[in-house]
Amino acid sequence: MSNFVELSIAKAINAGLRKCMAENPKVLMFGEDVAQLGGVFRVTEGLHAEFGDKQIFNSPIAESGIVGTAIGLAMRGYRPVAEIQFDGFIFPAFDQITTQLAKMQNRSEGFTPMPIVIRVPYGGGIGAVEHHSESPEAYFAHTAGLRVISPSNPNDAYWMIQQAIESNDPVMFFEPKRRYWQKGPVNLDEPPMGPYQARVLREGQHLTIATYGPMVAVALQAAEIAAAEGTSIEVIDLRSISPIDFATIVTSVKKTGRLIVAHEDSTFVSVSSEVAARVAEEAFYHLEAPVLRVGGFDVPYPAAKLEEVFLPDADRILEAVDRSLAY
Amino acid sequence: MVQLLTPDGEYGVAKQWGEYAKYIDKLTEADFLKFYRDMARMRRFDKEAEALQRQGQLGLWIPAIGQEAAQIGSGYGVGHNDHIFPSYREHGVAITHGIDLMSILKMLRGVNHGGWNPEETRFHLYAIVLGSQVLHATGYAMGVKMDGKVGNGNLEDDLAVISYFGDGATAEGDVSESFLFAAINDSPIVFFCQNNQWAISSSVASQTKVPLYQRGAGFGVPGIRIDGNDILASYAVTAKHMDEAREGAGPFLIEALTYRIGAHTTSDDPTKYRDSAEVEYWKARDPLARFETFLRRQGIKQDFFDEVAEAGEKLSTEIREATFALPAPPVEHMFKYVYSEPHPLIEEQLEWLHKYEAGFGEAAHE
Repeated sequence: MSNFVELSIAKAINAGLRKCMAENPKVLMFGEDVAQLGGVFRVTEGLHAEFGDKQIFNSPIAESGIVGTAIGLAMRGYRPVAEIQFDGFIFPAFDQITTQLAKMQNRSEGFTPMPIVIRVPYGGGIGAVEHHSESPEAYFAHTAGLRVISPSNPNDAYWMIQQAIESNDPVMFFEPKRRYWQKGPVNLDEPPMGPYQARVLREGQHLTIATYGPMVAVALQAAEIAAAEGTSIEVIDLRSISPIDFATIVTSVKKTGRLIVAHEDSTFVSVSSEVAARVAEEAFYHLEAPVLRVGGFDVPYPAAKLEEVFLPDADRILEAVDRSLAY
Repeated sequence: MVQLLTPDGEYGVAKQWGEYAKYIDKLTEADFLKFYRDMARMRRFDKEAEALQRQGQLGLWIPAIGQEAAQIGSGYGVGHNDHIFPSYREHGVAITHGIDLMSILKMLRGVNHGGWNPEETRFHLYAIVLGSQVLHATGYAMGVKMDGKVGNGNLEDDLAVISYFGDGATAEGDVSESFLFAAINDSPIVFFCQNNQWAISSSVASQTKVPLYQRGAGFGVPGIRIDGNDILASYAVTAKHMDEAREGAGPFLIEALTYRIGAHTTSDDPTKYRDSAEVEYWKARDPLARFETFLRRQGIKQDFFDEVAEAGEKLSTEIREATFALPAPPVEHMFKYVYSEPHPLIEEQLEWLHKYEAGFGEAAHE
């Protein structure tokens, strides 16, 4: 009998971190305001009281310094988990992440692996000011040497953070911030699957939607509405966007013949571009319609009063469903 | 500025540097000879590497001529447990820590990007992105302190970290952030800035309003300037502050004032931006000649210098032959180390490449 508890995504990540920190004193948690405050989203709440300064501490507001010192700590045998407070604040660390973290294992010919997790609350929908609602995952998915994953539900959040910490490769862990408070069952005994596998969340016959992170809930909602109208939609949660589990997508497309890829990020040179290209290569003769993409517009993330227009909702997905089915 | 050896090779200690001179008092003649041998080795290596580049055997060379005292002296001031995070011009520091010089030439020939074992050699990989390694060194030093390896009075077990960077790198935010992180954590680290006065074509005067050794003060990192062409000052000041870092004194900044006699790299043309008179001025302050004068005054005979010259000839021949013999890396090398755990895209692309290349093989046989 498995041991289930009901947790929010934020609490599930917290529980996963707690478990790793308790099991291995070399697991360190640091970043801006993560200690006594528990982070601005309280994801690390209670961990400082439990583990103390030795394992969880606040960093100066210097993102390059946070990642650069994480690299040095990993060289010393630690397993750092660094929190970047908001998606839009990761760019001061972009150099350390892409030129150092991603390349150290390769540069050292395997002598210096980088067991580092960078946690990034990402995405919009919380009515925030500029730089607090972005989806920068494609920059990192484009960089060889990094792994990029994003949970969409509490059970995955609980297990994927642990799997990320166990990995000897650097993992960019994108947390869907507008879903932090979404609750669901967490199986405390058994991981659902490996962190780099996609999961078919809902089976369908007429069309496949592939998405990840905060958009999974939107895709499921769209599938529900479509079902009422007689359209059977298969929903795939990619879970990992580097590597991408293309096999699961291609298998689904070979069945349904139609694919929509959705995310909050702007569509130009995005995760959906890559999925569309790959599906065209591997399932060309199975496609009944072009692969369609539903994402943010190619504009800077707008001011909060316009974010509902920017962010794809179920209707935007259903509009694409109609276009696809019309072929 | 700490100077223990005048440009004329005269040993003399100003009163305020007495604590540093104690480190020189402990040196033996064998140590002095070792210093000289390695300075000469570094210079000979540099000249040979530049020649190899000019002959098309290396893609690039990064000369360090003029910086022998700063590097060999400080390199020997680093303890046997300590960790070193170099920039990309630290060939001399590499010599003091037993790095196979062919590892350096391999990189510059384009065979790989590093590849020696940093944990075992305690000499970390060359860093090309200026200042990036200073944060790694700082993180490492934070870890050393977390491990409780500081201030136990146990020299077999305690350790400190030293990070090398140039005057140009001090403009990078990563260096300032390193000062801050090291200061607030009281990390066991010495920041060793070789001020060779030129960042490619930018003079040091165009990059800083305050002397570089003062750069850490606002962060809580005290500093000192040394005569970087004086190997004894370089050795003693590094050794003392590494000892203190190991004992728990926190971070310290050393600015070694030296001069880049050569170009930034073999792609550079320094005649476009600096006077030959300036170069001549610094050539007359050659760190190697200064130390030779000192050694001769100490009674070291010509035999020794002949032996060093002979060793230089041998080194030249050896590295020349070894460079010619360096094999190109197999194509797998490009894929092998990207991730430490299996990755489907890497496997797929390597498999594709093998098939693609095999296709040419079949065509050739037809």
